[in-house]
Parts: sequence; structure tokens; C-alpha cells
Amino acid sequence: MWSLLQIELYKISKRPRTYISFIAIAGIVLIIQAAFKADPGYLNILMQNVGDTFEVDKSKVINGYFMCYMILNTLLIQVPILVALVAGDAISGEANMGTLRLLLTKPISRTKIIGIKFLASIIYTVGLLVFMALLALFLSMAIFGVDDLLVFRAKADESQILQITKDDIMWRYLAAFAYAAVALTVIAALALFLSVFAENSIGPIVATVCIVIICTIISNLNIPIIDKNIKPWLFTSYLVGWKGFFYIAIDEDNVPIRGSMENWPAIRNSLFILLAHIAVLFGASVWFFKRKDILT
Amino acid sequence: MNLLLDVRDLSKNFNGFEAVKNLYFTVNEGDVYGFLGQNGAGKSTTLRMLLKLIKPTKGEIYFSGKKIEEGDNTILKQTGAIIERPDMYKYLSAYDNLYIFAKMSGIKVSRSLLMDQLEMVGLADRCKDNVKTYSQGMKQRLGIAIALVHSPKLIILDEPTNGLDPQGIADMRNLILRLSREMGKTVIVSSHLLNEIELIANRMIIINKGEKIIEGNVAELLDPANTLVEINTIDNKDTIRKIQETKWASLQETAQKNIRLRMNRKDVPEMISNLASMDVNILSVQPRHSLEDYFLSLTNNDTHVEPFTN
Repeated sequence: MWSLLQIELYKISKRPRTYISFIAIAGIVLIIQAAFKADPGYLNILMQNVGDTFEVDKSKVINGYFMCYMILNTLLIQVPILVALVAGDAISGEANMGTLRLLLTKPISRTKIIGIKFLASIIYTVGLLVFMALLALFLSMAIFGVDDLLVFRAKADESQILQITKDDIMWRYLAAFAYAAVALTVIAALALFLSVFAENSIGPIVATVCIVIICTIISNLNIPIIDKNIKPWLFTSYLVGWKGFFYIAIDEDNVPIRGSMENWPAIRNSLFILLAHIAVLFGASVWFFKRKDILT
Repeated sequence: MNLLLDVRDLSKNFNGFEAVKNLYFTVNEGDVYGFLGQNGAGKSTTLRMLLKLIKPTKGEIYFSGKKIEEGDNTILKQTGAIIERPDMYKYLSAYDNLYIFAKMSGIKVSRSLLMDQLEMVGLADRCKDNVKTYSQGMKQRLGIAIALVHSPKLIILDEPTNGLDPQGIADMRNLILRLSREMGKTVIVSSHLLNEIELIANRMIIINKGEKIIEGNVAELLDPANTLVEINTIDNKDTIRKIQETKWASLQETAQKNIRLRMNRKDVPEMISNLASMDVNILSVQPRHSLEDYFLSLTNNDTHVEPFTN
């Protein structure tokens, strides 16, 4: 099993498209960091929603933790596309190259083959997030220093600024990245599922991106019937659930409670729903892949 | 001779289209078994069912006397295959490709084993180059190395000479004969070229529209003493008259355009010399392939048969 996983990772590492994602992430993160280093005034754009409500010393807002939070807010919406690039290619890419039939004439069960491919996709996803953490969190900490984190939260009826002390932040980032890994694994499972049916990788990659876009639009609609009946079942409703780790609970005197979260049960439920999506999509991938006639 | 493969009542239906119908055949250990049929006859579908790439609609496959059930990979452990094109990871080297597929075959892989395989197919000196720089013949040879790396009992080659130049075809033919004679492998080789099979196979099956037409020993199915030879001359009427005066007169068959003699293949050079000595201006002498005749006579279909010779 381990040697097969090594082989799969080796194959992924040798494909140029694998590095597109890393280059894209590095490019975006470095541009944002350079822009804020050169001109902290960019913060005004982010604070448009809360600027009228609160008086904030902007020079104290920008630090490594804040930069990472802002970058995650910007980037985690785009990362599904990058995950689909590899996961959507897992089976269809082999079919397109003609290697799928050679692969399946080896004495390894199809369940194991697709399982290893899924595992490799997860490792790739985690690799992307670790890379993002290194650049967005640790590099930002090195460039902008460390201080308390101010989280600007725009609710439907009010705006809120939450202050998290600097010694209460790192675990939240670890938890947020772990949550993001689960959320992005749903995307990987979806792309893998679509990949089973295709004979070139463009189809499943584009289809995955389209599904994510459509579901995200639906998740952002404020229509009561959709809120009640559809949104709870859409994985896109939970993709930004990582923010929950930064919504710190506040006591009766309006003081943030160290080490707390405003709504842990909601985060936990989101995780369960995302895990259920993964289980269903991966189970369906295995079911169809085992029955697929290889005609390419 | 031990029975290696026993296929019983194998069928495949693709959404109402019967690609393979109730196919029975057997392959003995050590056979070079020719799998013959026109394009679309069901050869690849059958071979893919043997390799579990396609799930049969019905039928049974026995390998070394053991029935292959769903989920049983026994046949795959003992089989090496090239199905259609020898596709592999073009962005990797030959060595890497061989390493990957050797590992997936479940064997203990060493550098010396891989280099020996690459040496055998003449790719050792190019083993570090990416496969995308290889010619079709080199890819085919690498495909053979991949098929052989785990020392399988059975080797399945689906149209192995497709896309090869004449030298590549000859090399492949020699390789198949070496596999059988020197290494004792059992080889199933499919082709739509009857003369290819005639040159390498000891047993064969002909299928048409998914059904078995005939199966047996090539030597028995082919009778060199009964080869049909077509002769075309500048004046065929005069030639026929002259043939009547020779010992070949009784061997003549009726033909509308060409002169046809049914004779022993080894007598053809003597017959040509005789006709030349009688001042017959010969344009062509074409021994019609006996397998082609055989196929035509069995299928009763001479209008859609592709040429069976290169």
C-alpha cells in the first residue's frame, strides 16, 4: 500500500500541472504581502463595511496574523479550482494517456487503485494548504510581526470587530487549516468521482469548478425556501466554516473569552456534513469504477 | 500439453450490441495462440475480458484449472499484456515506467532486474530518456519489457505489430518466437493479418462478428500442398493453352480474369520456370493466402474482407 502511494505521489510530482497550483498560490500571497508592506492603505478597502461603525488604528491592525486571515479569506475560495486540477485528472488522465488499461491489468484491486489515488489527492491538498500556511502565516509573521488579531465580521444586521489576543491565535490557525483540508477534500472527492466517467481530464476539472460555482451561488442566495431545504445539504455552505474558529465567544461584559469559540456545535456539524459528502462521493466513485468497462 | 486457459461460453453485450457471442476456446501451456479476426470482430473485447478490463455478460474463464471469480486476480498475477497501443507515462523515463509497473505487479524489484529487462529489449542505453522521445517501435519494446518483468506464464499481445515499420514487425515476430521457444512462455497474439499468425502461431482461432469460426492447429488448418496460385500474364488465353501441355494442366481452376492453379507451394518456382521456358510473359504470380481462402469459405463473405496480407 505504502509503495503504491509512493508511486502515485511520484507520478503527481513529475507532472508540470501539479506545480501550477503552488505557483499560483505563491504569486497571489506574495503580491498581497508586497502590496500591504508598500502601502497599508489597502486596509481601507477591507474596512469599508465597518469603517463607519468603529474607530480603528489601522497601523496596529496589520500584522502577520491579520495578513494570514485576510489571505485565507481571499484564497480559500479559489483553491477548489487548484485541487480539481489534480484530483480531476486522477482516473481520466490515466484513461487519456492509455495507461489505465495497463494499470488495471496489474494484480491490484480497483478499490485499492482508486483509494490510493484519492489518498494521493488528499496529500496533494494538504500539501497545498501547508504551503499556503508557510507563506500566508509564517512568512507574514516574519514580514509584519505578531500582535493581537482583529477580525472584522459583517453580519446581516450589524458589524462586529473581535479581538483575539496573540497567544490565543496559533491553535485557531491550525484548526482552521485542518478544517480547510476537510472542506477541500470534498472538492477532491467530487473531482475524483467525475474523473471516473471521463476519458480526458478537462471534462472533470471544468465540471468540478462549475458545480462549485453553481453551489456557491445557491449557498449565497437569501431565499427562505432555499435556506431551509437546499443550503443545509450543499457542501459549499460549509466551505468557509473555518472562520468559525476565529469567532471568539464574548462574556456578559463584552470581553472575549480566551480559548473559546462562539459556536463550536455549528463547526462540528459542518465537519460531519463535509465528511458525509466525502464518504458518499468516494463510495460512489469506488462503486462505479469497479463496474467500469475499460474501453480506452 | 497442459491446459492453461479454458474459456467457456464467454459473451459480452454492450447495450444490446453483442460484441462477443458464446465463445469457447482453449490455450495450452507453451502455445503461441493466434487470435484472428477482422477489425471489430471482437478480438480486443475478448482479450480485455481475459484481463478483467471488461466484465463479461456471461461465461467462465478457467486459468490453470481454476475458475476465475470476480475479485480474483490470479490470472493478472500470471499474465503480462499489451492491449492495443503500448501506452505508458510519457513524462517518465523507461526505467521509471518499468519500475512502476514492476512494483504494481507485486514483485520484489531490483535495479539489476529492471536493467536486465531493458537490456533484453534493447533499451538499456536509453533507459533514462523520457518515453515521449521514443519511437513507436521503442515503446512497443518497452511494453514487452513491462509485460515480462514479473515473469508471467501467459503473455497477451493485442495487435502487437500495429504501427510498426517492417523492421519493427520482424523484430516483434522474432521476439514472440523467442518468448515461446527460449523462455517457454504461452503467448496469445491477436491480429487481423493472417500471414502474421501463420508465421508465429502453432494454434489459432478465427472469430467473426463475435463468434468463433474455427479453432485448431495452424499446420492442420493450413495445407501447403493445397495452395491457390493466381497467375496473370500478357495473354492469359494463350497461357492456359500452353498450361494444358504441361503437368500442371490437371491442377487448373476456373477463373474469370486470372489463371488459378491449386498446387503445392514448393512447386511454384518450378512452375514459373516452366512457363518462362514456354515464352509465357508473366506479369505476376500470387500465391493466394490459404488462410484467407479458408476464412472466405467459412464466412461465405468475400465482399467485406480486408486484405489479410501486408
